[in-house]
Amino acid sequence: MPPMRIREHKKAKKGTLTRLLKELFKRYPVRLGFAIFLILFNVFANLSSSMFLNFITVCLSTALSMPGGAQNPFTGSYQISAMGMTLNTNVSTLLIILASIYAFGVFAAWWWRRTMAVITHEYLNELRIQMFTHLQDLPIKYFDTHPHGEIMSLFTNDIDTIRQFISGALPTFIQATSAIILVLVVMMMNSIWMTIVTLVCSLLMVLSTVVFGGRAARFFVKQQIQVAKVEGNIEESMNGLKVIKSFSHEEKSELQFKDLNDELCTYSTNANIAGNVTGPVNMNIGNFMYILTATVGFLMLVIPGFNNLTLSGWSALDINNAANVSTFWGVVLSFLLMSRMFSNNMNNFSQQVTFIVMGMAGASRCFDLIDEKPEVDEGYVTLVHAKKDENGNIVETNERTRLYAWKHPHGDGSLTYTELKGDILLDHVDFSYDGHRLVLEDVDIYAHPGQQIALVGATGAGKTTITNLINRFYPLADGKVRYDGININKIKKDDLRRSLGIVLQDVNLFTGTVLENIRYGRLDATDEECYEAAKIANAYDFIMRLPEGFNTVLSGDGSNLSQGQRQLISIARAAVADAPVMILDEATSSIDTRTEKLVQQGMDQIMKGRTVFVIAHRLSTIQNANAIMVLDHGKIIERGDHASLIKQKGYYYQLYTGAFELE
Amino acid sequence: MLEKVKLIAKSVRQYKKYAIWTPILMIIEALMECAMPFVMSMLIDTITQAVTVTAAHPYNEIHEFSGIFKTLTYSNATLNLKLDVTIFGIIIALIVMALISLSAGFIGGRTAAKASVGLQTNLREDIYKKIQTFSFANIDKFHTSSLITRLTTDVNQVGMAFQMMIRIVVRAPLMIIFSAVMAFIAGGWMAVIFILLIPVIGLGLWFVGRQAFRIFTKVFKRYDALNESVQENVSGIRVVKSYVREDYEKQKFTNASNSLTGGFIKAEKLVALTDPLLNTTIHISNILVISIGTYAIYRGSIDNSFWIKLTVGQMSSLITYGIQILVSILMISMILVMMLMSVECVRRISEVLNEEPSIKNPENPLYEVKNGDIVFDNVNFKYKETAQKCALSNINLNIKSGEFVGILGSTGSGKTSLVNLISRLYDVTEGRVLVGDRDVREYDIPTLRKSVSVVLQKNVLFSGTIASNLKWGKEDATVEEMEKACEIAQALEIVKGKKDGLNSKVEQGGANFSGGQKQRLCIARAIVGSPKILVLDDSTSAVDTKTDKLIRKGLKDQLPNITKIVIAQRISSIEDADKIIVLDDGEISAIGKHSELLKTSKIYKEVYETQNRVGGAK
Repeated sequence: MPPMRIREHKKAKKGTLTRLLKELFKRYPVRLGFAIFLILFNVFANLSSSMFLNFITVCLSTALSMPGGAQNPFTGSYQISAMGMTLNTNVSTLLIILASIYAFGVFAAWWWRRTMAVITHEYLNELRIQMFTHLQDLPIKYFDTHPHGEIMSLFTNDIDTIRQFISGALPTFIQATSAIILVLVVMMMNSIWMTIVTLVCSLLMVLSTVVFGGRAARFFVKQQIQVAKVEGNIEESMNGLKVIKSFSHEEKSELQFKDLNDELCTYSTNANIAGNVTGPVNMNIGNFMYILTATVGFLMLVIPGFNNLTLSGWSALDINNAANVSTFWGVVLSFLLMSRMFSNNMNNFSQQVTFIVMGMAGASRCFDLIDEKPEVDEGYVTLVHAKKDENGNIVETNERTRLYAWKHPHGDGSLTYTELKGDILLDHVDFSYDGHRLVLEDVDIYAHPGQQIALVGATGAGKTTITNLINRFYPLADGKVRYDGININKIKKDDLRRSLGIVLQDVNLFTGTVLENIRYGRLDATDEECYEAAKIANAYDFIMRLPEGFNTVLSGDGSNLSQGQRQLISIARAAVADAPVMILDEATSSIDTRTEKLVQQGMDQIMKGRTVFVIAHRLSTIQNANAIMVLDHGKIIERGDHASLIKQKGYYYQLYTGAFELE
Repeated sequence: MLEKVKLIAKSVRQYKKYAIWTPILMIIEALMECAMPFVMSMLIDTITQAVTVTAAHPYNEIHEFSGIFKTLTYSNATLNLKLDVTIFGIIIALIVMALISLSAGFIGGRTAAKASVGLQTNLREDIYKKIQTFSFANIDKFHTSSLITRLTTDVNQVGMAFQMMIRIVVRAPLMIIFSAVMAFIAGGWMAVIFILLIPVIGLGLWFVGRQAFRIFTKVFKRYDALNESVQENVSGIRVVKSYVREDYEKQKFTNASNSLTGGFIKAEKLVALTDPLLNTTIHISNILVISIGTYAIYRGSIDNSFWIKLTVGQMSSLITYGIQILVSILMISMILVMMLMSVECVRRISEVLNEEPSIKNPENPLYEVKNGDIVFDNVNFKYKETAQKCALSNINLNIKSGEFVGILGSTGSGKTSLVNLISRLYDVTEGRVLVGDRDVREYDIPTLRKSVSVVLQKNVLFSGTIASNLKWGKEDATVEEMEKACEIAQALEIVKGKKDGLNSKVEQGGANFSGGQKQRLCIARAIVGSPKILVLDDSTSAVDTKTDKLIRKGLKDQLPNITKIVIAQRISSIEDADKIIVLDDGEISAIGKHSELLKTSKIYKEVYETQNRVGGAK
């Protein structure tokens, strides 16, 4: 196998954010647009509700300090000016407006949250399905080179960071940014001097976010790497716990773990500290900002000859004129409110930084999977059900006749049908996993219809590789494989594989009932056909003894069955597929002798009348094979049937009679 | 519950001071946070009053009026307000308060991180150490995957909950109390509004939380199942592709994922209610405070007859306190959920920590194993006290140093159980096992296990290098010793085939070696330490016949004095043994040499015939 690549904790690729946003907008243009509109509306409502709160206080004060004594603030009309506006109103009117703003605001907030929740999960669903679908189309090489844990992590951790990004960080980001801009504009319209105070303080906040947030992010990355190490160690030592015990290696394992764990403690503490202190620091910078603004506002009143400066000219009052003093103070008061809002939003903004970085890293990895090149298939010869007409010609049919034909379209538009016989030829085949070291070299194999070909050799000699080339799991480096005379590169992969039944060395069962697992071989098989296949595979008896028979649910790769029973089911699966050519990779793992007998009988059964490739680990299995290929380091060193090979007294003879030779 | 609290308190250990300081600092921070709006409103009120008076009397006069702390004097002849120290006093007080809040928050953030991360670290270490003391029986009781979950997910969850707890659990209720008190000080009876609103929001949050929690629990189970199916698919990808089931798998996944999404959306829609719910409550409280407050201020300004006395500044601070109270309620409800979720984690952790190891070192143990003799004296063995059936019964065996013993039998016949008793991986239920003429229970366990080297059926390599793995058998093994062991185990070609030889990297779980290679390296690891007894529990199943033969030959020739016990499925692996034990259903069915057993044991003969395809097997 080619070497595994270890997961890198790299940063997100450039352009990930744009790509993710594009995807979202492309899929949900209306809903997302509406949600963003609602978010902006919500921001506007929040700001204006605080403004109206301020109006109410001003209006109240005005009513109370009317010349001629306090008036009822709920009725009448009072001229107030605040936030650069002057209006005639009373508290009742303002309260009604405030209540309506509240109502609309809450509704907008509720609705965008709902919408974003729906969009998030719909997108995650689509992304997940897209990833999984794409995964199915990737070549086997991808699975060889990517640790399964890493692939799994895409579907769990990385998807989750994207969820946090879309449903949390993104709306908050929009909210905070728009609020900051809006507040800033209004502030500048009120007083540029005080805006400068705000800006200086916000600069401090940005600085603290960069310092602490950046620190947090750095330690966070270190922490993640260390977490992976610690969890790797945990997984390994828990799986090997019995080995540790049997070697009395407990103390050393503990020490090793303690080192990793303590290192994690350091990184994790630092990451947490940096994360924890950003909040209080920014909050108190906000407090200082408030105090400072109030003081500056007050000093502007006190220092003679000081004029307010505004962007709009609205509040450019002559504050040396006593009549304007209270108006200006009103400006200061509303300014205080705004600076509070400003700092709150800055705080929200800074809290999202980590989530955005994490979300981008996750999205980048998910996109990498989607961008992975799928298995290419340039095959155009397809497999069809066939029957022979009265002239003995092959014609295509929809019935399941058990007679198959290769449908071969030609350049001139004509079609030819070749009967599927199961004649397989490997012609000077070379193969390499990594493009350098040849795993197979100049391999020639002929399998005539109905023949049994056995592949024998030491671990790593290339036996399994040969079968992987026949079903085109990997492309050849050189040479040709012909199937009924057709180069298999011309045959559509799906059809090629459909014509080959396979019992793999490692049995993989899927969560579901026994029946479903057997039917995996051919989805349109009836229950009876599945039972029949189980009988052929010798699996029927033990299945009937399971608590629910064929409806017993298997889980965790059939962990509730013994190794041998799992093999029987996988043989039944191949039997139901009823393919004309079989590849049987004998299991190396040990099964108890009684079940093994059943397995062997099952295998014998499905070999009947088919072209079969057997990868044998027990020489006893293959004595009846038509031809035995003895492989060594990727080359066929001997070939022939059992009797002739024994006569040759070569490598096979040594293997077969090894005990005597070596003694 | 108390036990769980105790467990956590105990596990905080050296970080206790941080765990205690955090809530104190958080209280200080909360105090400042509550007091600051109050003092700020004083500042604003004072200036507002001054400004109002100034505006109302734009003449060259000197005015005196009562501020909050002190009498202020203004002269506004040229609008040159001369200030009493009060305003600057308030400003300085505010700055000091902000500084205190900042320091408390800053230090509290640090102590909280130290305490909670420390707790996680300690818990992980404690659990890990505890698991190392487990006997095989203890290990069987918990499953590997569940031990991993406890060490990872559970510990993280507890740490997070703990951090939230020490930061907020004291602070949030205190915030409510402080804010309520301040609200009463500022607004008198008007603060009752908040008290009345607390149950409304509390009930609302509880309802939303409960419903969402229920849906989430269900959905997450399905989500786990979905992810498990991805795992199945990835590891079975060759089956999928061989049977051209890509489309079927896609459809299956799409259906599962779609149905899951429905559940998620339902739950998230509920969660989306929390924020609007809280805001609505806050808004209602604001409107109430303003309406009643405005009326009270107005009435107070004309005849003092209304039963609430209020100023504009006080009304503003009332609003602030109201928001603080209601937000704290949300915090508390969040903590409750978090704690609810982590209680189960603490339970699972304490289950491990409270487990008694079933095998312990004896007092005054023996530190030397004399030789490789093994005696089984009337041994009965059960995996669980309560088990009906014995895994082994009536075992009597006598094995001499240096003998080669084969064990054969079908699955469940007790082969592994038998050999596991030799190095005391399990203890006998009745009878005794002697090694070197002494009961295994008298030996120091590491001494015994160094002398009895077992290559387990499910064997693994650990990440590191080949050498670091081999040194498990003998810490100070030299290169020659390691190479020698590899040679015997037929693993030298693996080592030589790698660029870095003995220093070649081993990935986690030995993933970069094939099954057969792993087995050979595991055998080498077992013989590096030159044990007195070597047990191979089906350790060459993935090794081809030829290599298998070579390994046995190496063991025989190079390590003649070691007692070798080999469990095998293949008769060829054990046919030249000095003694073959045939086990059936936990009992010894036959003992003898290959040639004898072929005549005397029906089981043995049957197995032999199956494997060699003679007689009726064909």
